Formats: sequence, C-alpha cells, structure tokens
Amino acid sequence: MEAENVTMLRTEADVKRMVRNQPGGHGNSARLKESIAKYIFMILASMSIVLVVLICVFLFANGLPAIFKIGPREFLLGTTWKPGNNIYGILPMILGSVIVTIGAIIVGVPIGILTAVYLSRFCSRKLYKFIYPAVELLAGIPSVVYGFFGLVVIVPVVAALTKELGGKGKSILTASILLGIMILPTIISMAKAALDAVPESYYEGSLALGATHERTVFHVMVPAAKSGIFAGVVLGVGRAIGETMAVIMVAGNQARMPKGILQGIRTMTANIVLEMGYATDLHREALIATGVVLFIFLLIINSIFSWMKRKSEAEH
Amino acid sequence: MSQKTESVLLRLLTYIAAILTVATLLFLIAYILMKGIPYLKPSLFALEYNTENVSLMPALINTIVMVFLSLLVAVPMGVGSAIYLVEYAKKGSKLVELIRLTTETLSGIPSIIYGLFGYLLFVMQLGMGYSILGGALTISIMILPLIMRQTEESLKAVPDLFREGSFGLGAGKLRTIFAIVLPASIPGILAGVILAIGRIVGETAALIYTSGTVAGIPASVMGSGRTLAIHMYVLTNEGLYTNQAYATAVVLLVVVLGINALSAFAAKKLVKV
Repeated sequence: MEAENVTMLRTEADVKRMVRNQPGGHGNSARLKESIAKYIFMILASMSIVLVVLICVFLFANGLPAIFKIGPREFLLGTTWKPGNNIYGILPMILGSVIVTIGAIIVGVPIGILTAVYLSRFCSRKLYKFIYPAVELLAGIPSVVYGFFGLVVIVPVVAALTKELGGKGKSILTASILLGIMILPTIISMAKAALDAVPESYYEGSLALGATHERTVFHVMVPAAKSGIFAGVVLGVGRAIGETMAVIMVAGNQARMPKGILQGIRTMTANIVLEMGYATDLHREALIATGVVLFIFLLIINSIFSWMKRKSEAEH
Repeated sequence: MSQKTESVLLRLLTYIAAILTVATLLFLIAYILMKGIPYLKPSLFALEYNTENVSLMPALINTIVMVFLSLLVAVPMGVGSAIYLVEYAKKGSKLVELIRLTTETLSGIPSIIYGLFGYLLFVMQLGMGYSILGGALTISIMILPLIMRQTEESLKAVPDLFREGSFGLGAGKLRTIFAIVLPASIPGILAGVILAIGRIVGETAALIYTSGTVAGIPASVMGSGRTLAIHMYVLTNEGLYTNQAYATAVVLLVVVLGINALSAFAAKKLVKV
C-alpha cells in the first residue's frame, strides 16, 4: 500500500534516497514517526485485552479466597444469608437472579419478537419512522428511571391486583414485568436485524407456493432467522441478569429462598449494592465473591451469545 | 382453522405487540413528565444542596465533570484502538482476534461488575477513595467498547479511494489517517461519543461505590460526588422527597432523550457522506 511495494526492486540506498526526497518524508525521522505511531495504536488496541485480564485478576483474587474460606458448597448451595452470624449462603440470590430473568423472558421475548416481525415485515414506511426511534428511545432510558417508574406505577398496580392473594407489590412478578420491558429494545433490534438478513428469495418462494404473506413470515422467515433471534434472546438474558438498580427498587430484596411469584426476592446484583456500603472483612469478601459468581454467569452467557451470533452470520 | 383466519390472527398479534411496545414508552414518558414538571421549581436548581431545597444542581455539575473526564480517557483510547484495527492490523491475525474477543467481553459485562472492579482497583488498591476520578476511570472502561465499535464502523465507511488518493499525493500513513480518514469519519465517531455520554449520564451501578453518594460538589476530582442518576436513586431510596424525585426524573429523562436524538442526528449526517 505504501512506498514499500514500489521500491522492492531497488537497493536499500535508493530507497533511503527516495524516502528522503518524498514531499511528506524526511528520511529516517519520518519512518521512525510512522512506526512509533503504529506501535502506539497497537498498544491502545491491546488495552482491552489488558483490561479484561485486570478485571478477572482483581475479581478472582478478591473473591475466590472468601469462597474457599466459607467452603464452595456452603457458599454456592447454602440457603441462608446471615452476615451477622457469619453464615454466607448465596443460593437464594442465585435463584433470585435466575427466576426474575426467566420472568423477564416470559414477558419480554414474545412481545419483542412479534414487534420485530411487525417492524420487519408488516409496518408501513411512515409508521416505521415513528416506531423504530421509539424502540431506540426505550433502550436509552436509564435503569434508575425504569426502576422509579416500576416503583411508582407497576408496584402499586400489582399490589392492588394481587391483594387477595397476599401480594405486596414488590415481588418476583413486578421485577419480571419491569425487566421484561427493559430487555424489549435488545430483543427487538437483534430479532429485526436477523429477520432483515433472511434472503428475499425465501419470501418469494413461499408466496409462489401459494402461502399468504402472514403464513410466509411466520412459517418461513422466522424459522430462517431463528439463530439470530435466539442470539438476541441470549443478549437479553445477559442484560436482565446483570441489571441492578431497577431490580433493587421493585424486587423487595429479602435474602431468603423464593416463596412464590407474589413474594419478594433478592438478586445477586442487589446483594452487592445493598450491603457493600457497610460490609467489612469476610462479609465484604463474600459480596465480592457474589460478584465473581455473577461474572462467571455472564461469561457463559456471552460465550453462548457470540457462538449464536457467528452461527447466524454464517447461515446467510 | 382456515389459512385466512390464521393470517388475520397472526397479523393482529404483531400489531398488538408493536402497540404495547410503543404504548409502554409513551406512557412512561408522559407519566413522568406529568408528575414531575409541576415540581420543577427554581429552588431545585440552587447551587447548594440542602435538605430544604433538595437541589439537583450539584449532581448535574458532577455529571458534566464525570462525562468530560470519562471521555478524556475513553475517546483517545477507543479511537486509537479502532484506527489500529481498521488501518494497521492484518485481518484475522491472532492479536486482532484476541482484541475482538476481549472487546466483546467488555461490552457484555454488566455495570455492577465494573463498579466492583473500579472499587477494588481505583478506590482501594490505588487509594483514590470514593472520588469523581475513580468513577470516571471506571466509566471510561465501560464505554470503551461502544466508542471502539462506532469508530471502527465509521472508519470502515471511508472509501479506500480517499486513502489511495492521499498516498498518491505523497502523504505518509499517519498523515493520511489524521488529515483524510479521521475528518471524513467524524460524524460517525461523534454519534458514538454522544451515545456514550447518554450511558454515562444514566449510569448508577458502576458509580455508587466508585464516585460515591456525597450530595455536594467536591473541591477537586479526588473528592466524592454524586451524579444526577445516583441523586435520583438516593432520593427514591430515602423515600422522603418523592415530588423532587419526579422532577429529577424529568431532568434526567430530558437530558438522556435529548442526547439520543442528537446522536441519531449525527448518525444521519454520516449516511449522507
């Protein structure tokens, strides 16, 4: 690309003379400048590697000792969390995170995928210009605002509707609804991209066989886009399980085993934020260890996501 | 069920889903605006915070400082990385693969993990304590993948013809990048930076144990101070100032939505080029 290709046939002395005579080049100093710049950019690009290594090192170095001090079994499968009595079992929080995430999927995935199908195949251009930006706005709203909205709107509504069943509002159900709304934009944009990537010939082929537009979309296009859509769902799972502030405001945060969807629950993320402020010694380390467990969950989810995304890209 | 009924039903389902999505957004925005705007009083914007006025001004100023500091770290790093990936690196080399993998990992890590990491590294290990600087450094790691990806996309969108023309005129690689390629991709980079600002403004979990929750404006960046989003969280948590929390939510919402609109505008400029 550079002068190198042109000058390959000449002797080194010629090359040096040529570079020196170039309008932009000042001999060795110019070449030095170029290669220094290259290494600076390379170092900057390698920072992301360094950062991931640093994050792993700091989390594991500060969290793993606590897990072994408490005992991996007691820590991961213990059903009681009582820092005051030195009992650190985070199974309630692991279950809490998993359950609200499943709830968020039940609420968010059907609506998200159907909205994506609508945007990709049913929407008029005029409406699209209105609805797609709305989805993007949904993604831009900060989680603390979602949490506040959940607290002042969803919690009272759920409390009123489930009063006879003993519901208090701050519950698994409320957290699931709120998280379901929060993962909508992720699922919609990923599913829409996957649907848009399906070749038009699939659509035309199905129409030619006599299927209606709707049948074609649901029986041909959606199945053809399934790994891309699934990748979106996995990304949504990552968002839901890592969400912190919004969940804290609506989930009730009781550190006990789940008792039903109308009862409160505490997630791993909530556990960290709620107690980190005053925790000391082993308690503090146990909270960091909770972060380690969450981190491992997310690494697994991210790997599944990358794998699904590559698979979906390879398909079309 | 005949094909016709099935078709109508399926169509209806997608309509309902789309309406639900849009209605949720409109309801959320309208509800917060309606409840909050009546409480947007001048006292809310007083320079000093006290329990009487519950002013959000210090938090707003802290937020601006936070945005500025994080961008100062993350933009050069992100843009530099993207330049390496697009302009220098050989496609498919081991280093590039590794950089891609780690960037993807970074963008998938939730903010609370960044918060923990920032607390362990900046607050504890490096002894910064709860400080604006510690928070800004934490956040800059969080927004790095976003800026990298956006810059990469916009650098890739610059036609090779530009580069060849520049080389043909005798410019070196460095000069080509800074005089030709970067200026041509500014709108795209800007769209990414603005999106990043939106994320910084809305961030809570990564900041609560790095920059802390002190309500005033610190004397220096080594002091603790809460951003607008944390202010909002603390107000909600205390439960004493619900009306002010509504008003704060309005300000936060307007800032974030305005930033998003600005980013979309910048991105549209990119498409025109």
